[in-house]
Amino acid sequence: MTESDVTRDGVKGARPGREAVTGEQAGRRRRRRGRGEKAMVPDAEFSSYYGKPILNKPTWKPLDIAGYLYLGGLAGASSLLAAGAQATSRPGLARTAKLGASGAISLSLAALVHDLGRPARFINMLRVFKPTSPMNLGSWLLAGYAPLTMAAAAADVTGRYRVAGATATVGAAALGPAVATYTAVLISDTAVPSWHEGYRELPFVFAGSGATAAAGLALACAPVRESGPARRMAALGAALELGSFQLMKRRMGLAAEPYGLGKPRGLLRAAEALTAGGAALAACAGRESVAGGRARLLAAGAALLSGSAALRFGVFHAGVASAEDPRYTVVPQRERLEAGERSGRSDVL
Amino acid sequence: MTDDTGNLLFGPQPDVAGAAGYRGAPPRMGFFTDTSVCIGCKACEVACKEWNAIPEDGLELTGMSYDNTQGLGASTWRHVAFIEQRKPLGGQEPGVGHEDVDVFAAAGQLGTSPSSPDPGTTVAEVGSAPAGAPAGAISPVAPDGRTELRWLMSSDVCKHCTHAACLDVCPTGSLFRTEFGTVVVQEDICNGCGYCVPACPYGVIDQRPDDGRAWKCTLCYDRLGVGMEPACAKACPTDSIQFGPLDELRDRAAVGVARLHAAGVTDARLYGEDPGDGVGGDGAFFLLLDEPEVYGLPPDPVVTTRDMPDMWRHAVAAAASLAGLAALSFVRRPR
Repeated sequence: MTESDVTRDGVKGARPGREAVTGEQAGRRRRRRGRGEKAMVPDAEFSSYYGKPILNKPTWKPLDIAGYLYLGGLAGASSLLAAGAQATSRPGLARTAKLGASGAISLSLAALVHDLGRPARFINMLRVFKPTSPMNLGSWLLAGYAPLTMAAAAADVTGRYRVAGATATVGAAALGPAVATYTAVLISDTAVPSWHEGYRELPFVFAGSGATAAAGLALACAPVRESGPARRMAALGAALELGSFQLMKRRMGLAAEPYGLGKPRGLLRAAEALTAGGAALAACAGRESVAGGRARLLAAGAALLSGSAALRFGVFHAGVASAEDPRYTVVPQRERLEAGERSGRSDVL
Repeated sequence: MTDDTGNLLFGPQPDVAGAAGYRGAPPRMGFFTDTSVCIGCKACEVACKEWNAIPEDGLELTGMSYDNTQGLGASTWRHVAFIEQRKPLGGQEPGVGHEDVDVFAAAGQLGTSPSSPDPGTTVAEVGSAPAGAPAGAISPVAPDGRTELRWLMSSDVCKHCTHAACLDVCPTGSLFRTEFGTVVVQEDICNGCGYCVPACPYGVIDQRPDDGRAWKCTLCYDRLGVGMEPACAKACPTDSIQFGPLDELRDRAAVGVARLHAAGVTDARLYGEDPGDGVGGDGAFFLLLDEPEVYGLPPDPVVTTRDMPDMWRHAVAAAASLAGLAALSFVRRPR
């Protein structure tokens, strides 16, 4: 690991993090690969404690929690598609969306419980009603939403209790948008720089990403002649997702950097390409009603589904990376302090 | 923003226990850690581990300094930071070794000049090390240009924030505010969701991997209940860790800082004592001798829930646009 040499004249080539001269020049020196994006903010000098992170990084397992964010978006937007399809008499689309919503929310609940340190105590989430905790509100939201999606799906599949099923579908559609967007508040309401600084735009990113995922599932599984709304939803969702994500990165300053480095960079590039490509493919496949349209819609659906998943994993990993490097905690806070000193500190709070 | 919500989520809050629902609560208790007298003995770390029966969490040698504990975590509730710097502590004269001073020449000048010997007689560069170097300006004392060094030692701990993000985001109510104004985890309630871990702006609370639950300093809630001081403060041999009512500690700290400034330690500053800061002031605050980030502390932490109303507003707007987007998708009939 270490590249330093101990010679008679002392240690040569020691990395700054190992030298106990804190306050001089510390912090991890990053080496960017040639292909990497240019930093949006020039490298600022800062002090740290041997380059150690200030924050404790999230202990959440990526597959569970990024998966939870993804499936919540898929379910929430699917409920909207289900209600729309039900209202406009598209039974095939309605069934796909209802099954998708109930399946996705069941899986996401399973992921959430699996991630707990004490899964047997899951029900403690509903021990209190606590508006300051997005996870508590989310648990109550899911406690209302998940049964509705399951009732809607069960009534559709069995063909019984149609009125109750229709009511449940409408109820699920009313809660669906909240299920898709509250997860943005969930991760923004932390000290993790790359999550917290994006709290204004992240709900819109997740709303768009949920819409593309639900549209992708519908395109892949619903009958071709009923796929019109899903195609439009894919295009609108992709525009919302990609647009607000660009806006978010532009507005969040230094905290945007982890989105363009390492693993998150690859995931987010893939997410952009898959989402934009999937939406475009869906739009084209709709225009030409030729043979092979089915296959194209299937490919478009798969691209949209995986694009949305890649986005959630990219956002998750970028946040963890920003918590692991003290630079993203110290530099913006230091700048804020200096700006506050200049303007009398009145506007800081 | 009105005062009511402001005081619930951020800003000064003179009565934390009262705001949490306690009537006739005792005064808010806390720590004042005066790092200028810390000697890095780690008695606090040991006392904390012993009293609270905290499991061992790795015996690693970091190789970076005498600090092998590295930071606060689920099984480390006190952490002594160790920093070596090429700076004098205050206004001392640099150069403790006088090998290059010609004592006979100096003796010969006795009585002829009131100052110490002319550096030109012994040091190559004339004028580089004036006698009685003033505070702040450090002159090289050795031929190779080395300067004075200082060791900073500081015992870090949970800050028991006035507005504690860990407590705010805890979905089970496992984290709660005690009558002493401190923040404590109820381990029989915690379901290990891990939300408090990234919420803490100081990186204090963490999840214990084998146990699954979140743990942090309780400010020895069990000892406080029977009128005893926390184990770390009890064990501290230099009174670097002082425990008491927060108001009293703040007064004492202000005096301490003034005294250090008068002694020429101009670096001394208080950290976390200001009720107007981003977390409404800490229940455990510090006297530091350098910038907070040098000790691994965030320079300007803000409780994340300060922005919560704004977060929900944006989420509601996003949910509405998702619903609108879906409605728009169904506007036209299929072709």
